[in-house]
Amino acid sequence: MTDTTSEPAFDMAKLSAKHTSQEAEARTKRRHWAEFRLKAYGILAILFAAVALVILVYTIVAKTLTVTNEFYLSLDVPIQLTERQSATLTDDNPNTNANLENLIFQAMGVQLEAPHRGRSARPLKGLISTYEGFSLGEIVGANLDLIGGNYHFEALLDDNLQLYMKGDFGRLSDAGTAGPITISAGDSGDQVVISAASNAFGASRIAMREDRAAEGRALRRSARDQERAFNETQEALDDATDPAERNRLQKLLDGFGQQRDQIFARADAALTEATDQRNNFTLRTDDPSVFIRANGGWIKITEMEPERLVGTVMNPLSQFGEVPEGKWSGLLMTSPEAERKISDRQLLWMEDLKREDRIVTHFNQRVLFSSDSAQAELAGIWGALIGSFWTMMVTFAIVFPIGVMASIYLEEFAPKNRLTDFIEVNINNLAAVPSIVFGLLGLTILLSGVKLFGIELFDGLLKVFAEDPRSTPLAGGVVLALMSLPTIIIASRASIKAVPPSIRDAALGLGASKLQTSTHHVLPLAMPGILTGSIIAMAQALGETAPLIIIGMNSFIQDPPGGPLDKANVLPSLIYLWNNNSERLFDGKTAVAISVLLIFLILMNALAVVLRKRFERRW
Amino acid sequence: MLTIALLGVVILGIAGYVIARQRAVAVSGGETAALHSRPGYHGLYALTVTTLVGIGVFIVASAIGSWYLGSSMRSALADLDPTISGLQADRVLQDARAIATGGVTSAVDALREELSGVFSSVNATRVWGITILTLGGAIAALFFALQTITTEFRARNKSETIFRTILWSTAAVAVVTTVMIFIALIGETLNFFTGVLDWRIDKFLFGLTWSPLSGVHTGEMSPDKVGAVPLFVGTLMITVIAMLVAIPIGLFAAIYLSEFASTHVRAWAKPMLEILAGIPTVVYGFFAATTVAPFMVGMGASLGISVEAESALAAGLVMGIMIIPFISSLSDDVINAVPQSLRDGSYGLGATRAETIMKVVLPAALPGIVSASLLGISRAVGETMIVVMAVGQSANLTFNPLDKVTTVTVQITMLILGDTEAETAAGPAYTLGFALFAATLSLNIIALRIVRKYRQKYD
Repeated sequence: MTDTTSEPAFDMAKLSAKHTSQEAEARTKRRHWAEFRLKAYGILAILFAAVALVILVYTIVAKTLTVTNEFYLSLDVPIQLTERQSATLTDDNPNTNANLENLIFQAMGVQLEAPHRGRSARPLKGLISTYEGFSLGEIVGANLDLIGGNYHFEALLDDNLQLYMKGDFGRLSDAGTAGPITISAGDSGDQVVISAASNAFGASRIAMREDRAAEGRALRRSARDQERAFNETQEALDDATDPAERNRLQKLLDGFGQQRDQIFARADAALTEATDQRNNFTLRTDDPSVFIRANGGWIKITEMEPERLVGTVMNPLSQFGEVPEGKWSGLLMTSPEAERKISDRQLLWMEDLKREDRIVTHFNQRVLFSSDSAQAELAGIWGALIGSFWTMMVTFAIVFPIGVMASIYLEEFAPKNRLTDFIEVNINNLAAVPSIVFGLLGLTILLSGVKLFGIELFDGLLKVFAEDPRSTPLAGGVVLALMSLPTIIIASRASIKAVPPSIRDAALGLGASKLQTSTHHVLPLAMPGILTGSIIAMAQALGETAPLIIIGMNSFIQDPPGGPLDKANVLPSLIYLWNNNSERLFDGKTAVAISVLLIFLILMNALAVVLRKRFERRW
Repeated sequence: MLTIALLGVVILGIAGYVIARQRAVAVSGGETAALHSRPGYHGLYALTVTTLVGIGVFIVASAIGSWYLGSSMRSALADLDPTISGLQADRVLQDARAIATGGVTSAVDALREELSGVFSSVNATRVWGITILTLGGAIAALFFALQTITTEFRARNKSETIFRTILWSTAAVAVVTTVMIFIALIGETLNFFTGVLDWRIDKFLFGLTWSPLSGVHTGEMSPDKVGAVPLFVGTLMITVIAMLVAIPIGLFAAIYLSEFASTHVRAWAKPMLEILAGIPTVVYGFFAATTVAPFMVGMGASLGISVEAESALAAGLVMGIMIIPFISSLSDDVINAVPQSLRDGSYGLGATRAETIMKVVLPAALPGIVSASLLGISRAVGETMIVVMAVGQSANLTFNPLDKVTTVTVQITMLILGDTEAETAAGPAYTLGFALFAATLSLNIIALRIVRKYRQKYD
């Protein structure tokens, strides 16, 4: 019992004052504010990750949606065959196909009223995909009754035209349609002179002015670069003493000076045109295109003055003369012909075909079910899909038995000595080796052999199975198996460890040997966990690219593989290949491949989660 | 023919199982209880012995056969035309082989025709030899197994020993793989050191110019042009940017999820992070190349700064996003492993939750967090696809993240995939690969050491 009359060890009043004073309040506020900040940082961090994920998924989905439709040109093609074509079609050899593209071009020529033979037919021929003649040949070959009649054929548009239909090159907009116009013949051939109201073509004048202003700015920047080069050379010239060097530098200086003045002059000219109130323009191929559609034909404008324009007839008009307001339209395409992949002529044809409902769309099955192709519009992921399937089969067949057996050994039988430690250290290290090193491993050990100081130690190990195992699912499977081995071992060990010792003890007590205990009792109970781990490891292996690219699975392969020994591509390396391709249509197709890959990954992970929920037992 | 040999071994094994089992029952006179092991185990013993001996003989015979084929072809070529050697000799031998097997050849002449004849005869000997040896060995093993069957024979123990050895060898596959990686990389690295560098390794490690293919058309790689410092600096820059993104975000996310979050938030935040972890790196690379890089360029242009399309910034940012879940989950584990008693003690003394975390929990979990960061760095250094798709190839020595750079992994990829001959490109590629392997391995070992040394046992 303490002495109640002794002095207290602390001063209550002072302490109360300390903890309730204003400074104390401020301190507490600061501490609470620190806590709020920490929480806020945490929430912001999670939100950052979530936003990044959302943006990633959104870009992929958006790009995928750009290729969900394909565009076709619908034509009525009279099937009139040459002797050679009918011979090819009626013979029994299924490998020879007739190319009936001449019939298609003829029908297109009739439709567009344009030449379909010879060099001037190149714009027309470029409208459709290269091998459509063979597609028609296959159709007619399968149904010989079509010969002599008309066939309603839908020809796949070329990839640049596909991009145009999607609006990738821009769309035609109103150039400023106001008032009546009068069209009269010009000086030569196709040239025409158009007189229009002063308020017409306003939008196109604005577009031209902006174009000139941008051009002027770009030229100014380039001239300034020349100026910089000029000044640097000037400084070098001032510092140089050697007469030969001075000579060389002087020549350089003159060159830079001349260039700079020229470019400045061009920049000034462009900027003057941009601000000139008189609005006279000469349209070149690197300028926006302005068109007039009147009387069933098209005119492309080459010179613009306030009330007078000069143009070339692209598609013939039924008549010249006055065209009242509302019966003609002026159209503007802001991207210049020089920067598009389709010419003005092709653009106008497409417009006419659209008006006549000759352009149809279909759901893009091709990208899923056809193999890779050099033609962007024909490429698909099917070959890579089959290749991925075979590679996964080989990987699973190798890594599952080896991984499970190794984990049984490590968990049940391994003595606790240095050798076992060494094996475990190795497994952990393998889990952290970069994937590209596995690719290099595969390249030497499996494929090309190892040479040390000119002595060949051993040849590629996989050469036993195939002459050239470079791009085969077999090689890819072995490399991926080595990569996934540590993951599966770690996951299997965890599930084997989770089986309680009582099960083992019971089996041993009934007289089973250690191996019988492991295989008959422990393994079946640990199997759900092992399978879950394997599925997750396979999902990771499905997305691996770097090692497969290094061992050669990145070439252009047209046919899907028939088995693990045929050359193949896998889905991730196809994504890499297509991303490198500069054709713009491949952008959307790459996104489709990525979407398919992600869908498979989601399915596999969902399967693993479902398995885990249904079968895993909590001891 | 060789597949027939292997198939024969399998069939003999299965036959051995059946015969041995019947034999065991017969030996015991119908009373299987008299046997030491159940008949199935006798069968299993016969099966494993036959199959293993058969496969073993097959492998040894194949190796000897290939060596024999190769050496007889080479000696035949030397007899016929002693002038040809080196790469040309290899080509001639390859063509001879192609002519004999019906493959594609580059040229056909009398020498190749004759050699193809030699190939056909020697190959026939080889194939027949392997088949006969394999099947003979398997049959001999089968007879050996069958004559062991008695009532006292401990078939179960013997077959279990065999299986245990098989199990042990599968565990050793990991060791074998590491050894193979070592051999694969070291071989070419030594060739490169002796051949091009002439043991001036400092030129590789400290040289400032990287353009290894510049002298290749003259036949020689210049030792002054294989300085890897620009690559190391590029890799370092991208890793630093990635870590600046991943470590704070991963750590704060882990802290929030383990200490503050309600089960609602945890229910969608953890799966979201796991999804981020599961996205393949090609997809990240595509994202970086088509979305993030143009965005950076556009933002830079509007601010007046010139940002390269292949800058380190875009690739580093996306790589950081990729590593966030890695750091977050590892840190989560270590933070959760800190015992509740420490936290309770801190609360008991009046600390707020934030103060407990910053002053008690994090210091306790620090070794684990540092080790997680080191593992994250090791991943960033070894990452290939993101940088290959988002970063260029020009070996530019710069510390400006807005400039274009290249990394070690990009150069390895480009050297291997490029048009130069495999022999010449292999040298620098494998040396870089070896440097990468050594670097990541050391980072992992250091990470493990830190955890082991500084981790405190709280139990």
